[in-house]
Amino acid sequence: MTDTQPAPRSRPGGAPPAELAVLTPDSWTEPFWIAAAEHRLVVPRCTNCGTFRMPPSPFCYVCQAQGIDWVEQTGDGRVYSYTVIHHAVVPLMRDALPYVVVVVELPDAGGVRLVSNLVDCEPSSVEVGMPVRLVWDDVADDVAVPRFTAAR
Amino acid sequence: MLKDRAAIVGVGASQYYKRGQSLPQTNLELVGKAILGALDDAGLTVRDVDGFGLYSFGLDPALVAQTLGIPEVRFSGMLTGGGGGAAGSVGLAAAAIASGMADVVVSYMTLQQAGLRRFGASFAGSAGGGGQYSAPPSPEGDFVRPAGLLGPGQMFSILARRHMHLYGTTREHLAEVAISTRNNAIPRPSALMRAPLTLDDYFDARMISDPLCLYDYCLECDGAVAVVTTSAERARDLRQKPVYVLATANGGNGRWGQAITWMNMDDEYFASSGHRPVAQRLYEMAGVGPADVDVAELYDHFTPMVLMQLEDYGLCPIGESGPFVEAGSIRFPTGSMPVNTHGGNLSEAYIIGMTHVKEAVEQLRGTAVNQVADAEIALVTGGPASIPVSSLLLRR
Repeated sequence: MTDTQPAPRSRPGGAPPAELAVLTPDSWTEPFWIAAAEHRLVVPRCTNCGTFRMPPSPFCYVCQAQGIDWVEQTGDGRVYSYTVIHHAVVPLMRDALPYVVVVVELPDAGGVRLVSNLVDCEPSSVEVGMPVRLVWDDVADDVAVPRFTAAR
Repeated sequence: MLKDRAAIVGVGASQYYKRGQSLPQTNLELVGKAILGALDDAGLTVRDVDGFGLYSFGLDPALVAQTLGIPEVRFSGMLTGGGGGAAGSVGLAAAAIASGMADVVVSYMTLQQAGLRRFGASFAGSAGGGGQYSAPPSPEGDFVRPAGLLGPGQMFSILARRHMHLYGTTREHLAEVAISTRNNAIPRPSALMRAPLTLDDYFDARMISDPLCLYDYCLECDGAVAVVTTSAERARDLRQKPVYVLATANGGNGRWGQAITWMNMDDEYFASSGHRPVAQRLYEMAGVGPADVDVAELYDHFTPMVLMQLEDYGLCPIGESGPFVEAGSIRFPTGSMPVNTHGGNLSEAYIIGMTHVKEAVEQLRGTAVNQVADAEIALVTGGPASIPVSSLLLRR
């Protein structure tokens, strides 16, 4: 194996169908998804006042400045809240049941929250406050979505 | 000041149907029947109507006006957002009347969830098979949809779980909302769900989006409701006893924003209905407080959001709605604060909250099926949702 070889593409257990991850980025969200495809989780931080915000947007909600730095995250987070979904609202989801949607807060990014999934875990193991770590889900050749699994 | 300047003088509704069963009637036909019924209730005709005060998802008032033959429209306004505007649509009507822009204003909601047109999958997108009520793809949606968070019930489950974590709220508390609301539907001919609901039924029901099971969800319906509002002066000469708009408010914290479709609301009020600042303005306009409310018609798309509205409207302290309902407080007729005396979205019919306005009017006229004795002031809320959320205080 050489160090130029791309990372192996993989999908974690319990992740929702790839069809849901057909993205429609704009100029403010696109850098997030380009970094994600490289397996880097980045969150925009205001260059003027230092406030993190998600999703990426053209103005800081505190000082209204537009400048941002993309700050790479370790991917360590905490479950802020969650739901375990047992019913498919559309047929596409039938084979994915049950799956866990988590709202994860990132302490290293001012507590901004991501809407994601708990993967590679028993759904019943989820609880508010549980520490989680980032797992990349390669849903397509050029698209990766951040998911989370139990830390430790 | 808007206080007491306008009054609701007519209410009307189509028959209510389970999803898709209103066919072959059209959506336009349903709303027309509701509007004509409300005008007849008031002793008015389409020739008196000159305005619309609406909220999202209904039918274009231009189509309604041309179809019914309304002579001239002088005001047509709609609250943005979603079901949050239900009660506030009547507030918008009152504002148009008090400002002199219109004289007789109709508010309505109509929906027909036939085929794939289901609100329950409204964030699934076309790839997910979300159907006609689906929100279009957006850069913001890219941060939610890939997680399989596709419907409002799933989204509100996340708020409910946070409320449970913070305050010890339990599924038994959610069940009490479902059961007390069902009890109110049982004697009502207009209600779609009239069989008693027991605690065993509740816990035996299938889990949909944990912690919400089948009975925590509202119904999926077809139907229409219309409300006619005019000036307090004109109201005194009409067929029904006027029901005055004591106060109305809409909006919410800016950072409540799109709420359930972004999940970055401030921690301080994440596990809330988003109504807290609206409730404060509502009571300020009215010059009354929570203790003055005789009956509360609270938008009940999902049971935990009734709990959070009880808190946000000061009907119990923040975080204490679980024990409050457990004590029987929201039961009719024995509780201290009867809630959703018509059976609500959960058990009568889901017409996106307009049945709550109709019920409040009937309570204050003294003609309700489940009449709260001597009801003088009724609270009506629109759905906890993206801003604006809204509410009304009505008085007899």
